[in-house]
Amino acid sequence: MRRILVSGAVALAALGLGAVAIAAEGHIPLKHQHWHFTGPFGTYDRASAQRGFQVYKEVCAACHSLSLLSYRNLTELGLTEAQVKGIAAEVQVPDIGDDGSAIERPARPSDRFKKPFANDLAAAAANGGKAPPDLSVIVKAREGGADYIYSLLTGYVPNDKLTPAQIKEFAVGKDDNFNLYFPGHRIAMPPPLTDDKVSYVDGTKATLDQEVRDVVEFLAWASEPHLEARNRTGIRVILFLLAFAGLMYGVKRQVWADKH
Amino acid sequence: MASQHGAPPVFNNKVIAWIDYRLPIFSYIEKEYHHFPTPRNFNYFWNFGAIATVMLVLMIVTGIVLAMNYQPNSELAFDSVERIMRDVPSGWMMRYMHMTGASFFFVAVYIHIFRGLYYGSYKAPRELLWILGVVILLLMMATAFLGYVLPWGQMSFWGATVITNLFSAIPLVGESVVTWLWGGFAVDNPTLNRFFALHYLLPFIIVAVVALHVVALHVHGSNNPLGIDPKGPQDTVPFHPYYTMKDGFGLTIFMIIYAGFVFFAPNLLGEPVNYVPANPLVTPNEIVPEWYLLPFYAILRAIPDKLGGVIAMFGSIAVLFVLPWLDTSRVRSCTFRPIYKWFVFVLVIDALVLGYCGAHSPDAVLDLGLIKVPLLAVARVGTLYYFFHFLVLLPVLGKIERPLPMPPSIADAVLKKKAV
Repeated sequence: MRRILVSGAVALAALGLGAVAIAAEGHIPLKHQHWHFTGPFGTYDRASAQRGFQVYKEVCAACHSLSLLSYRNLTELGLTEAQVKGIAAEVQVPDIGDDGSAIERPARPSDRFKKPFANDLAAAAANGGKAPPDLSVIVKAREGGADYIYSLLTGYVPNDKLTPAQIKEFAVGKDDNFNLYFPGHRIAMPPPLTDDKVSYVDGTKATLDQEVRDVVEFLAWASEPHLEARNRTGIRVILFLLAFAGLMYGVKRQVWADKH
Repeated sequence: MASQHGAPPVFNNKVIAWIDYRLPIFSYIEKEYHHFPTPRNFNYFWNFGAIATVMLVLMIVTGIVLAMNYQPNSELAFDSVERIMRDVPSGWMMRYMHMTGASFFFVAVYIHIFRGLYYGSYKAPRELLWILGVVILLLMMATAFLGYVLPWGQMSFWGATVITNLFSAIPLVGESVVTWLWGGFAVDNPTLNRFFALHYLLPFIIVAVVALHVVALHVHGSNNPLGIDPKGPQDTVPFHPYYTMKDGFGLTIFMIIYAGFVFFAPNLLGEPVNYVPANPLVTPNEIVPEWYLLPFYAILRAIPDKLGGVIAMFGSIAVLFVLPWLDTSRVRSCTFRPIYKWFVFVLVIDALVLGYCGAHSPDAVLDLGLIKVPLLAVARVGTLYYFFHFLVLLPVLGKIERPLPMPPSIADAVLKKKAV
C-alpha cells in the first residue's frame, strides 16, 4: 500500500515538473493579487464591489453587456432596495406598451442590465468587427481568473514605450493597443481605465490600481454571486463529514475488533 | 428476524413475512448483503465499487433535478445553466455537485479498475464480471461526453465537433454517419437535442449493466488482495456489518475530498473557455476533453493517420475486453507476482504521461533541462507502451515469471500477519 502511494507521488511530481517546464515558455506570469474572495472563508468586499459597479456603470457599460444580471441582484452587494430602484430608473429600456406599440420605459429592479447595443451585430459593427465580450461570467471564463483581468487592465504599454523588436515581433501598428497579458498582445480595447477615470462616491482616491481592483471585485461577484453561500455551506458539510468519518472509524474498529 | 448461515431467514414482522413469501426481496437482501460471505482480508481498495455506486446514484439524482431547469436548445442552453447557477434555489450546488461528480465518478472507477488490474480480479471465474465493467466504463465515457456538450459553451461545441468528426474516418459511409449523428450538416440545435435525450437515457442503461455486474459478482464472490479463493467460513466474514461499516468509512473520506472540490474549487477541473457561449465561428486555441478522457485523446492524436488514430483510441479500450485471456499467469494477485507488479505501476505512469500529453498541444516541447522532447514523441512512445503492456508483456510475462509462494488460506495469512 505504501509503495503504491510512493509510486503515485513520484509520478505526479514528475508530471508537475513537466507542467512547469511548458508553462514557463513565452508566457508572462500574471500579477498575483490578494483577493478578498479567495480561500474557503472568502467573502466579497462590499465597499470595493460597489465602487466596482460604479466603474462598470460609468466606463465598461459603454461597450460591455452584463446580460445575466438584473438590477435587483445589486441588493446582494449591500445596496438598499430604494437605491437599486433609483439606479434602474435612470435607465430607459425598450418594451411593448399596452396598445402593442414599441415604447421605452424606466427600468425596474427585475429587469436585466441594459445592453449597450441592440444586438451582437450592432455591437460588432460599432467596435471594429467584433462584439466586446459579455462580462457576466468573465472572471470564470478566462485562464487565471481575477488575476488575469487585473493584469490585463493594468498591463497596457504605450506604443512609444515599446522596443523596436517588440513592435516588429508583434506587428504593432500606430492604432494598435499593446497589452502585456493579452494573448498575441494586440488588443482591440484601448486602455479603458486611467487614474481618476471615475470620481468615487465614497471619496476613495481613484488610482488606476484602485479602479481595477474594484471592478475585478465587482466582476468576480457577478461571475459567482453565490460564492459566500457556497463557502459557508462547504465548511458545514466538511465539518459534518469529518465528525461522521470519526464516528464511522470508531464503529468500523469496534465491528472488526474480534477479526483482527 | 433471525437466521443462520445458509438457512432461509425467518421474519418476525408479519408484513415483511407476507411480502417475502410472495416476492422474496427481503430474503435476497439478507442473503446478498447481510450474510453474504466476503473474504476477511480486503484492503481499502475494495471500497471503490461501493463508492462508484454511490456516485452513480448521486449523478442521477442531481442530474434529474438539473434537467427540470435546463433548456436543451442552442439559443437557451448556456443561459439556462447560468439561471440554474444564479436564480434556482440551491441550483449552484446541484450543478457543481453534478459537474464535479462526473470527475469523482471517474476517480472512483479508475481506482476500481486499478484494483482489478493489480489484484487480477479479471481472471477466471470473473471474466464476464470484468467485461461488464469495461462496458460500464464505455457507457460512462459516452455519457460524460454527451453531458459536457449540454452547457453549450465553447468547449462543449468544439468538443462535440471534434469527437463526432471522428466517425468521418470510417471508410465510405463516414461522412453520412456524421451527418446522421448531427441531425444536420453541422453541430447545431438538433445535435444538442439528441445529446440531451441520450445523456438522460444512458445513465439508466449504466444502472442496468451495474446490476448485471453485481449479479455476476455475487456468483463467485469478490476477489481479495491475496487472490486465493476462500476455503471455508474461517476465511470470510458476513458482508454486514463488517464491510458495510468499512465501506461507510471509506465512502465518508472520499466524500470529504469530493465536497472539498464541490464547495471550494468547483471549476478547478474544468476549462475556463467553457464559460464562453458556443460560437461556431471562433475556434478555441486548444480543444481538449475533460481530464478523465485525456489519455485516450493522446492516443488518438499520436497516430499520424485519422482512421488509425480512431482505431487505436477505441482499441485501447477494446484490449481491456480480452484482458482475461491476454494474461497467461495463473496467479491472480500481484502480491505474488514479483516482476509484473512493477509493470502495473509502469502502466499507471504511462497512463498519466499520456494524460499529460493529451492536455497539451502536440506541438508543445517538454523542457527537461538537459534535453528538449517534443510532446508528440512522448505520446507516441506512451501509446506504443500501452499496447505493448497488454499485447506482449502480459502474455509473455505470465509464462516466464516465477510467482512467490502463496499462503495456504486467507485466514492463515491474516493470522500470521497479526502474529508478526
